[in-house]
Amino acid sequence: MTGHAKAGRPNQLLRNLNSKIASIPMMLTAVVIFLGGTLWTVVYSFTNSKLLPRMKFVGLDQYERLWSAPRWLVSIENLAIYGVFSLIFSLTIGFVLAAFMDQKIRFENTFRTIFLYPFALSFIVTGLVWQWILNPEFGVQSVVRSLGWTSFAFDPLYNQEIVIYGILIAALWQGTGLVMCLMLAGLRGIDEDIWKAARVDGIPMWKTYIFIIIPMMRAVFITTLVIVASGIVRVYDLVVAQTSGGPGIASEVPAKYVYDYMFQAQNLGQGFAASTMMLITVAIIIVPWAYLEFGGRKRG
Amino acid sequence: MTSNSVSVRDLSLNFGAVTVLKTLNLDVRDGEFLVLLGSSGCGKSTLLNCIAGLLDVSDGQIFIKEKNVTWEEPKDRGIGMVFQSYALYPQMTVEGNLSFGLKVAKLPQSEIDKRVARAAEILQIQPLLKRKPSELSGGQRQRVAIGRALVRDVDVFLFDEPLSNLDAKLRSELRVEIKRLHQSLKNTMIYVTHDQIEALTLADRIAVMKSGVIQQLADPMTIYNFPENLFVAGFIGSPSMNFFRGEIADRGGRKVIAVNGVDFGMESYPARGPLETGRKVVLGVRPEHVKVDESVPGSEEHDAVVDIEEPMGADNLLWLKLAGQTMSVRIAGARRYAPGTALKLGFDMSMASVFDAVTENRV
Amino acid sequence: MADTASIDHSTITSTSAKSAAGPRGKKPRPLFSSRNIMVYGVLIFAAAYYLLPLYVMVVTSLKGMPEIRLGNIFSPPMEITFEPWAKAWASACTGLNCEGLSRGFWNSVRITIPSTIVSIAIASVNGYALANWRFKGADLFFTILIVGAFIPYQVMIYPIVIVLREMGLYGSLTGLILVHTIFGMPILTLLFRNYFSALPEELFKAARIDGAGFWTIYFRIMLPMSLPIFVVAMILQVTGIWNDFLLGVVFTRPEYYPMTVQLNNIVNSVQGVKEYNINMAATILTGAVPLIVYFVSGRLFVRGIAAGAVKG
Repeated sequence: MTGHAKAGRPNQLLRNLNSKIASIPMMLTAVVIFLGGTLWTVVYSFTNSKLLPRMKFVGLDQYERLWSAPRWLVSIENLAIYGVFSLIFSLTIGFVLAAFMDQKIRFENTFRTIFLYPFALSFIVTGLVWQWILNPEFGVQSVVRSLGWTSFAFDPLYNQEIVIYGILIAALWQGTGLVMCLMLAGLRGIDEDIWKAARVDGIPMWKTYIFIIIPMMRAVFITTLVIVASGIVRVYDLVVAQTSGGPGIASEVPAKYVYDYMFQAQNLGQGFAASTMMLITVAIIIVPWAYLEFGGRKRG
Repeated sequence: MTSNSVSVRDLSLNFGAVTVLKTLNLDVRDGEFLVLLGSSGCGKSTLLNCIAGLLDVSDGQIFIKEKNVTWEEPKDRGIGMVFQSYALYPQMTVEGNLSFGLKVAKLPQSEIDKRVARAAEILQIQPLLKRKPSELSGGQRQRVAIGRALVRDVDVFLFDEPLSNLDAKLRSELRVEIKRLHQSLKNTMIYVTHDQIEALTLADRIAVMKSGVIQQLADPMTIYNFPENLFVAGFIGSPSMNFFRGEIADRGGRKVIAVNGVDFGMESYPARGPLETGRKVVLGVRPEHVKVDESVPGSEEHDAVVDIEEPMGADNLLWLKLAGQTMSVRIAGARRYAPGTALKLGFDMSMASVFDAVTENRV
Repeated sequence: MADTASIDHSTITSTSAKSAAGPRGKKPRPLFSSRNIMVYGVLIFAAAYYLLPLYVMVVTSLKGMPEIRLGNIFSPPMEITFEPWAKAWASACTGLNCEGLSRGFWNSVRITIPSTIVSIAIASVNGYALANWRFKGADLFFTILIVGAFIPYQVMIYPIVIVLREMGLYGSLTGLILVHTIFGMPILTLLFRNYFSALPEELFKAARIDGAGFWTIYFRIMLPMSLPIFVVAMILQVTGIWNDFLLGVVFTRPEYYPMTVQLNNIVNSVQGVKEYNINMAATILTGAVPLIVYFVSGRLFVRGIAAGAVKG
């Protein structure tokens, strides 16, 4: 780029060329895969593609079929139950654990290591362990029965009514450590003087948490919420490992519906329609958050 | 033009809709120490970065040694630069820092050694050559940073607030050292700072900047005594110049500035042109140009009462009220006035500045 | 996390020193105050709950099948046997194939190492370009990339299948490595961009004055200053890619299935008698790599997930 002493402005395309070359993978990924791929899927969700994608538009047919399929309805219901409870429990448990961790305790690192290690494990491993622990023949149920309570029943993975809660238990075990860590970082970010001021004012600790600390941690809560929520929509491996969607179709989830229709049932149109619905779900979570987070920041 | 080292012609810089520099012109003479002075956000560092080639200009040209370098890479402009945060490469030793640019330029090792040794000698950092920047004090780090500019063997040195990260004592020490360096090397130096003491002590000429425009370019004493406009007058000097808003009045053929019923005679003021009666003006007088209990030829005496006294050792600063507003007066430290003391003020109008109230320019 | 004890010790002594120097008001709390009992009680109970599955995995994998059939998954093994581990590694069956998990392990190694290296290499250079060599339009692409990180994989996998098929890479290890590089890009680019942006800009300017260009600055100035962030990125990628299931199952042929996929096939295969001890041994083996990374890296892992979690 060391041109001669020309008065004119050099070619803008060639300026900073190395930087542009280094960004080519990002540009390709962003435009071709993320933008292009998403649009492609949305467009083809309006076709009657079966084994191979075909450009034959059938309007909203795929969506009508989707929303009348019992398996999809069960998936959505499961996702709703799983989503609501895992948000409530992971935020609550995560915050409470973080609050306890923040009491200037001994062995904080040990406790944190213990709470967080499940997060290092894959959903497959998590699912298989909990499948074993919840096994009615050998697991918790049989242990409690052998202690003398012979009518004790706890077999979530074999009971259509409560199977989704069995998955929830495993998911919470895997994910609350992360929430705890984020919350703890949030708590540590709060000025020590707030605590001193509250103590001088004689406000009891639990009130300080609820009325002062939690409102101050709004940003951390929202970030955590978004992370947990976008993880919920993606839940797939855990179900595959723990129940394979069973018993029957009782623990099906949307992500699994998509995969099964795309790669097993060879009904691409259904898969595309279902994945478009997943996209909409994520958009419902992300758009208001992005608006609050970034739109608000610009105004402020 | 022949004696100009750095010339900036009609330089403009916009970041989106924000104009940082407005068709700016500046000529820096060969061997001159020029200070760009202004508060943060005035565009002084931006201008320096443009000269260095670290920012692309939106419009205009930059010449260094008569060569148009507007679109040259920084390394090809014949400049060295010293930064506020020192910007030493933390993983390299002092020697590595000094020689990095020379190695990139693929100079022979013997030449590199020679230049590093010379720079180390000038700055007296030979004992530090094998150390890492993290093992140096702030003052030592800034010496190394200056050394890095020195080894490049260039005509123009750019300083971007180089002393701002140092404590007061070190700052004044290094200030003297930079001045000595300039006297011995006789390079062109362009020095950005927000500190007026640095500007006044170091500069051959100062360019006072505000909102991307050079307000006044002159030697320090002219800037201090004959500010070109209200902004420069208020920006330079501590405590700030005393300002009185009033208008030109005619008292029986005698021109005065009337401020809230107090008259200031204009006989000794070196006015640039005729001053029409009724024109709204701002009178500016530096605290040391007001005499206490001493008669000043051609000036009326004003009665005032000391409000607060601030003894500062060499000086004594008196705060008092005149013509309905607070003003300060600087007198010798040995002369003490308790609060409540009545005294007489005489204004040295030959050293005063008068500005048009509307254009804010000197009249 | 070997430094646990010493760090805790120092915080304790510093707080007690503070209270000793403080006013003579309230006495320092006794060690067994009701508050302490509650705090530690809750934490220890929670810790036990979190550790339980790991414990169950280990004891089950060390028992023989007859002992497992006796019930009580929580009881320690009466007779320790390593046979399930050997079987899980070398001879467990998925369908007709009885080569054990070892093949999945080596597949995962062959997937994880190049994916980690390639994705970090591309993302670090890209993050550096975005932080220090901004050009018009770069922010737009970056925004698309970050928004794309929230799009479920399911929305994008089929178009990627088509692209890879066109390139002749569908089903191969190279294809999967490419996919991991793509999906790792948003978070890694963000991580590196933020890290490089936080480095003092004047350092970059000084290097440019010194005549260093894009690559010289990257390799000579930035890289040596950025080892921690590279370790964080490595932890993030190694655990993430090792634990992946969906991409592995979609983008590879069965002979290239990563360990997670093979584990699931072994445990959830419908044929034959369920051998729970082998299943658990296989599960531990699959979880071992990320767990080792986790326990060895300690604080950096926390930093990695925090970086992954907290946006911009």
